[in-house]
Amino acid sequence: MTTTPQAARRASPRSRRPATRTASNPAAGLLPEAEPVRLLNPDGTLLPSRADYPEPPVEALREMYRRMVVGRRFDAQATALTKQGRLAVYPSSRGQEACQVGGVLALRDDDWVFPTYRESMALTARGIDPVEVLTLLRGDWHCGYDPAARRTAPQCTPLATQCVHAAGLAYGESYQGRDTVALVYIGDGATSEGDFHEGVNFAAVFKAPVVYFVQNNRYAISVPLSRQTAAPSLAYKGVGYGIPSEQVDGNDPMAVLAVLTRAVAHARAGKGPFLVEAHTYRMEPHTNADDASRYRDADEVEAWRERDPLTRLETYLRGREALDDAAVADIAEQAETYAAQLRDRMNSQPTVDPLSLFEHVYAEPTAQLVEQREQVRAELDAAAEGDA
Amino acid sequence: MATMTMAKALNAALADAMLDDERVLVFGEDVGQLGGVFRITDGLQARFGDKRCFDTPLAEAGIVGFAVGLAMSGLRPVVEMQFDAFAYPAFEQIASHVAKLRNRTRGALSVPMVIRVPYAGGIGGVEHHCDSSEAYYAHTPGLKVVTPATVDDAYSLLREAIDDPDPVVFMEPKKLYFASAETALPTRTEPFGRAVVRRPGRDATVVAYGPAVPVALEAAEAARDEGWDLEVIDVRTIVPFDDATIAASVRRTGRCVVVQEAQGFAGVGAEIAARVQERCFHALHAPVLRVSGLDIPYPAPMLEHTHLPSVDRVLDAVARLQWDDQPDRRWLTEGSAA
Repeated sequence: MTTTPQAARRASPRSRRPATRTASNPAAGLLPEAEPVRLLNPDGTLLPSRADYPEPPVEALREMYRRMVVGRRFDAQATALTKQGRLAVYPSSRGQEACQVGGVLALRDDDWVFPTYRESMALTARGIDPVEVLTLLRGDWHCGYDPAARRTAPQCTPLATQCVHAAGLAYGESYQGRDTVALVYIGDGATSEGDFHEGVNFAAVFKAPVVYFVQNNRYAISVPLSRQTAAPSLAYKGVGYGIPSEQVDGNDPMAVLAVLTRAVAHARAGKGPFLVEAHTYRMEPHTNADDASRYRDADEVEAWRERDPLTRLETYLRGREALDDAAVADIAEQAETYAAQLRDRMNSQPTVDPLSLFEHVYAEPTAQLVEQREQVRAELDAAAEGDA
Repeated sequence: MATMTMAKALNAALADAMLDDERVLVFGEDVGQLGGVFRITDGLQARFGDKRCFDTPLAEAGIVGFAVGLAMSGLRPVVEMQFDAFAYPAFEQIASHVAKLRNRTRGALSVPMVIRVPYAGGIGGVEHHCDSSEAYYAHTPGLKVVTPATVDDAYSLLREAIDDPDPVVFMEPKKLYFASAETALPTRTEPFGRAVVRRPGRDATVVAYGPAVPVALEAAEAARDEGWDLEVIDVRTIVPFDDATIAASVRRTGRCVVVQEAQGFAGVGAEIAARVQERCFHALHAPVLRVSGLDIPYPAPMLEHTHLPSVDRVLDAVARLQWDDQPDRRWLTEGSAA
């Protein structure tokens, strides 16, 4: 005998029988779909429309395309700046443009983003000055932008620690009557960290409006996904915390935006956190200092090149006549200008002030810090005199 | 005036802070209905509701990281780590985020919060319940590290910690929780960054903090019989540290013993001893000596008395302060065998 959940609820406790697994499973509504959600084929053709993930407005997709083109050009420029010695290191997100830009586009300006070091492209897509974004990697300070003003936490290097901050911030915002949503960017490897578990669990228990957005790019530096988890997919981790989750084709810009839009709406409606796993691929090595050929085949990389998110969206938008040669050229020109300006600005040597090292350790420096500051000041004065 | 325990004074400080500032939230493990395993949060949930004082999942990194986010949203979290050693899972959050967020962002973000840590031993606790972990925090720039030794300080320093614009690790000596004293709350004692002379004396300065302060005071009483008049200084706030009060005392007395309950190697007492000799070398008649716990993992309850700095050990150290201006024979041969 089978029964529906509705029928089970109607049944009185006395007469309730042990229900079948499928009918009574309270986790059923939390599980992701068995296959990643996809709205566009890799060749840019549209799949049958679906009610749960409506196609985003074409203007939004056009803007997504524009930001992805500029983002990819930014990424290439940052890699070039590293080769020129202007940046200490650069972790590229080329190939992940749909995720980088989609996460930002799904949010309001007053929502919060909790990025990792790989989200430089996402931050520029959010409108943060690229020079401020690259301050961390140029090395003139740690976080170069104003996180409070930009509603964007500092790029997080200790893995997954930002998962808990987002839970606290989102809960604090709702506690104070604001409908802010926090979106956490995190990678596949970091889902193995304890703070991922603690962050998602806290968000779930406190119903904090957080979207945990896992960009599964297949590798944590060199370690493949199979060494991170035995779960069917990372999205299946959500059910253990009692939160809904979804997996999405991370190279399908339309699907990424549609799934994240739904996840953000879920969080903003006060239903608690939502976990999204995007299946994507890091086309470049972990950073410029990494040699990806030691752990993955060129064939594998080539296969993912076929699934390029930019080409996919461009093909679709051209088919919709939302994009033509002139528009594509115009956007490419915008990207070139963006990159050229960044290059020029990064070519000037930043000024750093050793005395500023003491300014922000505490609200007011301790007596010991004042002493050390004066020592450094004397050293600087002596060096300046020596130069004169 | 009324007689009150340190535990009650801490409880009153939390309640008064919550009353004065509705941004103050108190949370952690068992702090809600139960009132904390030491009852420091007793009655707060009943009085202020379960949105202001609440239990969390059992996860210390989560508790501290959650507090980071709450502070970013403008609230004032006060979290309880149930015991010293149970705070270690939160160490990454504390060292990499709590301590550094102001600095990383050039002051654009700050995370004022209080992390309350019941610490140290002397209560017959089993393993992992009696660590003196202050040096880990004191070694981390960006944190303030405070430890009261009196009932009045427990109230006043906790109030100041909650109001402070920077994160404070507030270390509560467990063995003093139920020590009581006359007090009339709300008291305000000396601010952060000020050490206090608990007992004036002429012959030597004994510097102590937290659970070691009563030991130092008792030793000073006993030392009278030996003919020594000891000055006892309570550090109170390890960070920010008050060099001036301690150096002024040692310049006057010419001799110094530093007492801490924690294991000695690379500890706070070592830092204090170094700072004293840097500042007072020409006033010193003897090396600065340390009395500390042994360099061992905190022992099982039946052995803890061997580990803990005792009055006798403090007096032994005082006796070694070269009153006859002769070198300490103990170290004369060290290294000569090789």
